[in-house]
Amino acid sequence: MVFKARYIALIVYLLFLLIPIYWLLNMSFQHNSEILRSFSLWPENFTLNNYARIFTERGWAAGYVNSLIYVFMNTTISLLVALPAAYAFSRFRFTGDKHLFFWLLTNRMAPPAVFLLPFFNLYQSVGLFDTHIAVALAHCLFSVPLAVWILEGFMSGVPKEIDETAYIDGYSFPRFFITIFIPLIRGGIGVAVFFCLMFSWVELLLARTLTSVDARPISVVMTRSISATGVDWGLLAAAGVLTLIPGALVIYFVRNHLARGFALGRV
Amino acid sequence: MADPAPAMRRVHNDFQKKNGSTMSLELKNISKVVGGENHIHDLSLRLEPGSFNVLLGRTLAGKTTLLRLMAGLERPTGGQLLDRDRDITGVSVRKRNVAMVYQQFINYPAMTVYQNIASPLKLAGVPRKEVDRRVRATAEMMRMSHLLDRRPGELSGGQQQRTAMARALVREADLLLLDEPLVNLDYKLREGLREELRDILRDRDCIVVYATTEPQEALVLGGSVAVLHEGGLIQHGPTHAVYRNPRNIEVARIFNDPPMNLAEGRVIDGEVRIGEHRGIPVPSHLSELAPGKYIFGLRPHHLSPANDSGDRLPIDGHCELTEITGSLSFTHVNDGETSWVAQIPGVFSADVGERLKVYADPSQLFAFSSTGGLACAPRNGDTARGAG
Repeated sequence: MVFKARYIALIVYLLFLLIPIYWLLNMSFQHNSEILRSFSLWPENFTLNNYARIFTERGWAAGYVNSLIYVFMNTTISLLVALPAAYAFSRFRFTGDKHLFFWLLTNRMAPPAVFLLPFFNLYQSVGLFDTHIAVALAHCLFSVPLAVWILEGFMSGVPKEIDETAYIDGYSFPRFFITIFIPLIRGGIGVAVFFCLMFSWVELLLARTLTSVDARPISVVMTRSISATGVDWGLLAAAGVLTLIPGALVIYFVRNHLARGFALGRV
Repeated sequence: MADPAPAMRRVHNDFQKKNGSTMSLELKNISKVVGGENHIHDLSLRLEPGSFNVLLGRTLAGKTTLLRLMAGLERPTGGQLLDRDRDITGVSVRKRNVAMVYQQFINYPAMTVYQNIASPLKLAGVPRKEVDRRVRATAEMMRMSHLLDRRPGELSGGQQQRTAMARALVREADLLLLDEPLVNLDYKLREGLREELRDILRDRDCIVVYATTEPQEALVLGGSVAVLHEGGLIQHGPTHAVYRNPRNIEVARIFNDPPMNLAEGRVIDGEVRIGEHRGIPVPSHLSELAPGKYIFGLRPHHLSPANDSGDRLPIDGHCELTEITGSLSFTHVNDGETSWVAQIPGVFSADVGERLKVYADPSQLFAFSSTGGLACAPRNGDTARGAG
């Protein structure tokens, strides 16, 4: 009996979670007229028209491409910087290491809006404004500390003796790092990649302010789909569904390590 | 950092195969201070080529630190390391031909057992065929040929440690360091592997240093023993000689398990008096002792519940505790001053609080001066087999 009650509670909970997503999906397959006219639990006149428009109209596709470009730039830069940094924090003791480590995390405590003006001003003056790298670098301010924290946790879980054994066996540092160490923290790298990707993918404020035309991200394109004729609900819903997909994909690959990632690798 | 060593090491290996290892390791006044604490203090030790050395000491005596200094994983704060006459104090660990086995089971989890064992050879630039031959030979020796395709995570603790040992043995290093390699294994595995290890290490052509806390392990393995206490070396010599003639009380304490019984006593009027017990005539090996105060030591297996020969020193007390392991019983007898441990063969049952008489064999008494140095040891070879 208790068993059943628990199942019912879980199912109800899941339903509530999934309703908005289902509704988004539902809307994306409907015409605007149907969305506005009646309350329908499933599309009465099923259409792929909204998706077709996104894939054919230039602005939309470019939005996705722009977003993907700076997201991957940001993730790559974050990993390249965070891997050595996390290794240093996990293996070496140096003056002020603990303070520096904590300071890294405090970067995440500041709201992105604080950095808007300086970034805008700086990028204007050095000619980085409205480029992909501009957004990627700005996002690094938040994703690098997170990646360092996550990776440090995973790296500290690897005994130092493995490093030493490798040196005794004659491994050079780069070779040891790539062939032995990286495979040991694969899970951690996956989680760090996930957090960098997600942060950069959904971040709107910096991405919108630092771009205008050439590097305009998808989230900005979406907000601009509201025109004088009103909101194009069906189109907006289809775009929303498409933005969910990358996140869902990445989550699928790191699902087993995610809990440890949320604890910043410290489990 | 590029590693220029492989070519050099290959030459070195070839050289070594022809001539046998010629490395001798000398530690000169080595000290290591970490965060203001003395981990190793002014330690000098010479390890002969091809010798087998046991590093014996309690936990925190500095055994691991010393091994790490020998390996070159850490730099000493003061002092020198010499290979024959060459100063190798600052030589990086990659360029020394050493191998090390840790207390934890350290392998490369992402590689198979075969790749694990092969990795030091591959890095040294050994030809593929030769690598294959040596990996298989070593796996055969460690009795794990059937496990070569597994990954370390799929092995039991004992097999993981065998993998780590195989990786250390395969490369024919000049210096093989083992840091309590058996301590994390269960009792039966430990006994088995210990004996195998003794046979494998015996005919190796390198300096072996084996750190342990267990006196029994040192005795089983043989060779020579270096006794460490609080970061200093207190005695170094052939294992059985050190066991028979511990330089001082500290060595006697560390090198006995259960610990040696120690009690204050006197030599007076041609008699040995221990505590308040009746005096007995001075046994012949103590006849040269000047009258005065001494601390007498007696190993637990020289205390027995029967007065076989009639000339034994009776110790009267009450039973505090009896630990029965099956083949042996350890009975603790308190005579009011000292708690004596008697090691009695078989199951010996005595109730706690029961009055009990055990008899000490006077010919096996150690005498230490009141400052702790050895004054006299039993003359006959106190055979090693009864250490535990």
